[in-house]
Amino acid sequence: MMIDASAENELEVSHLSVHFDATRVLTDLSFNVAKGSSVAIIGPNGAGKTVLLRALIGSLQFSGTVRWTKGVRIGYVPQKLDLERDIPITGVDFLSARAAVAHKPAVDFSSVLAPVGIPLEVAQQPIGTMSGGQFQRLLIAFALVGDPNVLLLDEPTAGVDEPGQEHLNELVRRLQKNQGLTVLFISHELSIVYKNADYVLCLSRARTCFGPPRTILTPDLLREIYGSEVSYHVHDN
Amino acid sequence: MTIEALVVAIAMAVAAGLIGSFAVMKGISLAADPLSHVALPGIGIALALHVHPVFGAVVALAFGALLVWALEDRARATTESAIGVLFSAALAVGSITTTGEDLIDALFGGAGALSLSEKVFGLSVASAIVVFILTSKNSLVVMMVSPDVARTAGIKVRRLDLLYLEAFALTIALGLRYLGVLLMGALIIIPAVTAKRLSQGLNSMLWFSVALSVLSTALGSAIAAHLHREAGPIIVLVATGLFLLSLLARRQRSAN
Repeated sequence: MMIDASAENELEVSHLSVHFDATRVLTDLSFNVAKGSSVAIIGPNGAGKTVLLRALIGSLQFSGTVRWTKGVRIGYVPQKLDLERDIPITGVDFLSARAAVAHKPAVDFSSVLAPVGIPLEVAQQPIGTMSGGQFQRLLIAFALVGDPNVLLLDEPTAGVDEPGQEHLNELVRRLQKNQGLTVLFISHELSIVYKNADYVLCLSRARTCFGPPRTILTPDLLREIYGSEVSYHVHDN
Repeated sequence: MTIEALVVAIAMAVAAGLIGSFAVMKGISLAADPLSHVALPGIGIALALHVHPVFGAVVALAFGALLVWALEDRARATTESAIGVLFSAALAVGSITTTGEDLIDALFGGAGALSLSEKVFGLSVASAIVVFILTSKNSLVVMMVSPDVARTAGIKVRRLDLLYLEAFALTIALGLRYLGVLLMGALIIIPAVTAKRLSQGLNSMLWFSVALSVLSTALGSAIAAHLHREAGPIIVLVATGLFLLSLLARRQRSAN
């Protein structure tokens, strides 16, 4: 069930459960996301991180309550899409389609392509010929065309090269800080989580937890979540 | 063929070119042929009830599209496997309910001149399909790339999917009198497949697909009239010829 969240929260999730036939993927999950905050979702493969995001956007059936604040505009960046290589849709076609759906008459594509580091010539190529990293950045540009106040990112830097990863992480952090966007992102990079997230939601078969990075990203708790030793580097800045 | 009949045929070809473009891009081109067979039992039942066969076909196809849509969701089956189930059942029922001369007409089309009601039906349904595609093409593109992303963009994905499938079914109904149950799926798919090979972007895909579909229909009808043959098979052969030419053009381009 989806109803409006209270004024200070962008999202309120209460007793959320998702199951596929007999398999329970998420059980009785409750947490709130304050407006303008950044929440990292961590956990081992198969813990239900992507399922959670898909439930939050209404793509999956669930029990419990999901409340988004009134007037929410969500930009969703999925993890990986299987596209035919010869699909005759260019990056510009894709962005134009988003602008038309949002009833925006004219969009300066360079204003959404420049921040994600895609030259216009690349965006004019068919989307099936783009590299994984280029297409991932295009999806973020696509989300920005919709002028979102919430970004849901499913491993946004997967398949992106090292400099590109830093660029994207910095972009998301800047959007959150400067434009007040609320960000929920799935990540396996705990150093990035430590640096960029205000809160961490951990999902695993063993337990779920929610809190600031300092209280969640402890060796004991990480061992419990991942089932093995996990280490990460904390940046000083 | 009269000028009026040619205009109706061209309108059908435009609708087929547009609908086919999205069928090919969505990767459901193999579904076109089986879904067209769902018309067969509708034609048989309409003939038994002394109702116009196209009316029976429209009802059967609309029901078939609805069933595919429902199966996609509830059984989590792919569109193609859902349509595959329908195809087997429809062919069995259709071959029992439609027999003799009527069966040949239903399978290959081309029985006599078009009545006024058939012309009105053809033009109005083709116009509705063209308007639907042109007004929904952006939503269809986003939905095609990712239904999840489309949902967050405010697109009613399930409703749009149903509307597209119904428009697809109606396009098949449009061509039944010319090409019949067996060949209409080919006119929807072959020009769009050819267009996909020649296009780099959405608009060129749509223009090429429509142009090739219209060219196949006009040229096929003219050749059929000259040879005193039914138009349907010739139209499909022309579309196939254009596809083969596109293979040569692509190969030549690669060689240069």
